[in-house]
Formats: sequence, C-alpha cells, structure tokens
Amino acid sequence: MQQRKRTASKRITNINLTYHFMILPGIIFLLIFNYAPMFGLIMAFQDYVPAKGVFSSDFVGFQHFSYMFSLPSIGRVFTNTIVIAGGKIIFNTLLAIVFAILLNEVRVRWLKKSVQTIVYLPNFLSWVVLASVVVNIFSLDGSVNQILESFGIGPFNFLGSNQLFRPLIIGTDVWKSFGFNSIVYLAAITSIDPGLHEAASIDGANWWRRVWHVTLPGMLPIILLLAILNLPNILNGGFDQIYNLYSPVVYQSGDIIDTYVYRVGLMGRDYSFGTAVGLFKSIIGLVLILSANQAAKKYTERQLF
Amino acid sequence: MNLQNKSLSAKIGKASIYLIIIFLGLVTLLPLLNIVAISMSSSGAVTANAVGIVPVNFTLEPYRMLIDDPQFWRSFGISVQRVFLSLALNMILIVFMAYPLSKRKSEFKGRSIYMNFLIFAMLFNGGMIPTYLVVRNLGLLNTIWSLVLPSAVPVFSVILMMNFFRGVPKALEEAAIIDGAKPMQVLLKVYLPISVPSLATVALFSIVGSWNDFFSGLIYMTRESNYPLMTYIQSLTVDIQQMIQQGVNSTNLSELMGVSNRNLNAAKIVVSSIPLILIYPLLQKYFITGIVVGSVKE
Repeated sequence: MQQRKRTASKRITNINLTYHFMILPGIIFLLIFNYAPMFGLIMAFQDYVPAKGVFSSDFVGFQHFSYMFSLPSIGRVFTNTIVIAGGKIIFNTLLAIVFAILLNEVRVRWLKKSVQTIVYLPNFLSWVVLASVVVNIFSLDGSVNQILESFGIGPFNFLGSNQLFRPLIIGTDVWKSFGFNSIVYLAAITSIDPGLHEAASIDGANWWRRVWHVTLPGMLPIILLLAILNLPNILNGGFDQIYNLYSPVVYQSGDIIDTYVYRVGLMGRDYSFGTAVGLFKSIIGLVLILSANQAAKKYTERQLF
Repeated sequence: MNLQNKSLSAKIGKASIYLIIIFLGLVTLLPLLNIVAISMSSSGAVTANAVGIVPVNFTLEPYRMLIDDPQFWRSFGISVQRVFLSLALNMILIVFMAYPLSKRKSEFKGRSIYMNFLIFAMLFNGGMIPTYLVVRNLGLLNTIWSLVLPSAVPVFSVILMMNFFRGVPKALEEAAIIDGAKPMQVLLKVYLPISVPSLATVALFSIVGSWNDFFSGLIYMTRESNYPLMTYIQSLTVDIQQMIQQGVNSTNLSELMGVSNRNLNAAKIVVSSIPLILIYPLLQKYFITGIVVGSVKE
C-alpha cells in the first residue's frame, strides 16, 4: 500500500516535471522579448545613453514626465488619440450592429453569402495595402472628389485637411472592420429564441418594434460586454493606419501617441523621452484594462482573463 | 391602416433593407476593384485619373515590369520565409504552453504562477523603444530573426488554445494514461488530432499577422534589401502620398516624377495580396469559429 502510494506520487512529480519542461521555452521567449523590455522602462527615468546602457546611464527622476506635461503638443497628441480611437469604437460598434440586424433579414442565400464574403475581406488586408486604396480614391482628383464635383461640391483635400483627416481615418477604419465586427452580433441575433419574435408578431408588433423590443434586448449582453472590453482601446488610435496616411500637414489633427513616440523617440533618437511617453500610455492602458475586466465580471458575469 | 397598405409598406421596408445591404457590399468592394483596375491600365489613363472600376487602355505592362523587379521578389521571398519560420515557432510554443496551462491547479503545481506571468505579458509591455533596444542589443537587426523572435509567443492564441484544450473530455486522457501514455504522448496523440479547427485558427492568426506586418521591417531593417514585402511596398508609396497630401494633383505629380508608376505600384499591391486572397476561404471558415467560440471565458 505504502509502496503503491509512493509510486503514484512519484509519477505525478514526473508528470509535473514534464509540464515544466513543456512550458519552459515559451517562458524564456517571454522573458527576453516581453519582460526584458519592461525592465528597460527604467530608461524613462534616466538620461539614457546607448553606449552606457540601462545599467550606467544617469538617473534624472521624473524630469521627462514633467517635460512631457509642459509640452503643448502632448495634449494635442492625447486628444487626437482619444477622439480618433473613441470615434472608431463608437461608429464601428453602431454600424456592425445595424449591419448584423439588416443582414439577418436577408433571405436570399447567395446574396447574403456574397455580401458577407465581400465585407469580411478588408479586415484581412494590411493597412499598407488599404492606405494605397484610400489615397487613390480620396486624393484631390480621385474618385470621391469626382463624384462630389458632379454634384457641384468640393473638391476636398481629405488627406491634407485638419478638418477632414479625423473623419477620414475613422470612416476608413469602419469601412475596413465593420463587416468582421458584425460576426459576433450576427451570432448573438441567431441565438435569440424565434418564439419571442412569433409572440411579438401575434401581438401585432411590426418589424421596427420587434427589432426594438426583441432583437436589441437579446443582443444587449454581448453589446455591453464588447463595449466594456473595447474601453482600453481608447488609447490605441491605430498606428499602422495613421502612419500610412498622415503627413506633416495633418499632425495637428492626426498625430497619435504611437506615431509621436515613433517619430520623436525612435527616429529622433530621444529614447528616454519616447519611453516616458510610452510608459505613461501603458500605465493608463493597464488601469483601463483591469477596470474593464472587473466591470465585465460584475455586469456580464464574463471576463477576459 | 388597412391590410393592403400594411403589406405595401412591408414590401418597401424589405426592399430598402436589401438596398442598404447591397450598397454596403458595393462600398466595400468598389475601392478594392479600383486598385485592381489601376494596375491593369495604361500610365496615361492612370495619370489622368480616368480609371474607375474597369481598366482603361487595358495593359499587363505593369505586371511584366513587376516580374523584372528584383527587390520586389527578394522582399516577397523574405516575407514567405518569415511566415513559415513564425508559423513553425508560434505553433510549437502555443501548443506546449497551452497544454500544461489547460491542467487544473491540482494537476500542475505552479500553473497559477505561469498563468499570471503570461497574462501580465498580455496586459503590459515595455513599448516600442525598449523592445527595439532589446532586439538591437541581441544583434538581431537586419536579420530575419528580428521579424520572427519578438512575436514568438502570441499570448492571445495561447489562451485561445488553452481554453480549447480545457474542453477536451477528461475520459480520453484518462484512458490513454491507463494505457501507459506519457504527457507528451497524450498531447500529441490525444489532444492534437481533435484540436485541428483551433490549431487552424491560431495558425491563420499567425500567417495573417506576419504577412501583413510592416512595422517590424521598418524599425529592425536598416537596409532596403532586407525589407519584408509590406515594408518594401510601404516605402514605395509613402513619398507619393506625401506629395498628394500636400495638394499636388496627380498630373503635376507625374510631371514631377517623370512618368507615372502608380499602375506599377498598384500591381505590386495586388500581387502582395494574392496569398491572403488564396487562403481567404480558410480564413472565413476558421476565423469566424475562433471569434464566436471566443477567447472570453464564462
């Protein structure tokens, strides 16, 4: 008996050992490429000199942070980020919900499939590719201006105007992602009990009323969950998209935190200052994502992690 | 309201739903067709901005010129190489991390420590500059490894895979253990064969992510000859875009540049998207299951 217990526990130890070995390579990669850079964040509090490295550069305390808050441009960069990211979240959600509700009404199968195939596609294409598409149709003599001019409006310099650049960024992002975002909502709609719709019809509810009183309430939990989980994205304006579409003319309305850190910190080799700005963003992001997870747990009984 | 009116308004309602859906489909499709049309039109037509969704003065000259562009194919090759290296490394690390993590705390001592380690890596990061410096200090600049190693562990995919492994019936594993199988055999012979849809999902995440990424190439490669495809294309188009944004219209632009190469650039963009279009049926199938099954735990 004693003997058997010992071999059993020995086997569990062996299995545990195998588990540790399995997970080890991944942990090593995380240590090098995720945790070592976190350690490198120390340089936000240093006057970092590449030749000296993190270990022997001089410490300057919060100097880079106070410098950051004294810059008039930094407020603009944060405002741009929040306005652009917020606009993307709101309009992506709205259009995806509307599209899902309308698509659910389409009974012609081939049409439904074709439209789905088309609208999911841009999500998989790189912003490098899509930026060229956008530039071609929104340039001063591009298709959009040609159409507008036939109605006697314009032309508009969409890519070079501080009034139009943000709407263009938000609009083209929605264009890229609304289809793909609608997948989750479509799944939510199809899981609603058809009996509820029948009951509402018998009570004389028209389509609008059924959408309002049956479909939307049925989608509400998933809408709420995604809204909460999207909250931390408020600081992600979308580097790839903006980097491929902006220019100095529209820095005023289109420069976001990530493009700013890239230009000033990495290209301008102001490593310490760039890292300080990035760290500030990461910390707010961490607080937001932890709060979002708590909120999701509390209000929807689900969570991200 | 009498019955006839009601059915008429219902019909109009139905028709407008179809119109909106078709409209949204066209709005998504037409800009993509535009770039394909540009790639098959003559320089003159492109310069005059006469190209809509049908090629004007149809020509395959841009594609012929593309075949002779050595840098395009070098970058294409780098991207292909990178996709395969990343895919192999990602899949191995995802599977070997996800499996032990899918065990209960009682089955795998230390699980919660590893789990917190993984989740923190997802929630917080050192950011652009410290990551760049780590890659540089490791001497990886201008090597293919700078495009592969920093994203070796896609944390999101590990969690997705872990959640899937958790749903595998315990009885299967127990039966294998009674037959004397070791953990490695259980993973390879029991878990992997029934996880094909999830494996496909995370594999496609990896392929799309590494094919589309231009940023790593931009910061880690200092020589154009080392650029992966998206970075190369990005470097071609960015100058022209800036001129357009500054209000130079295309006619002046081509005078400035001698001859319009917008159709050639369009051809490059079209060819660079072909691999994704080829796997698009798979993407549609597995991304959707991946999203609907969800990374969100109940």
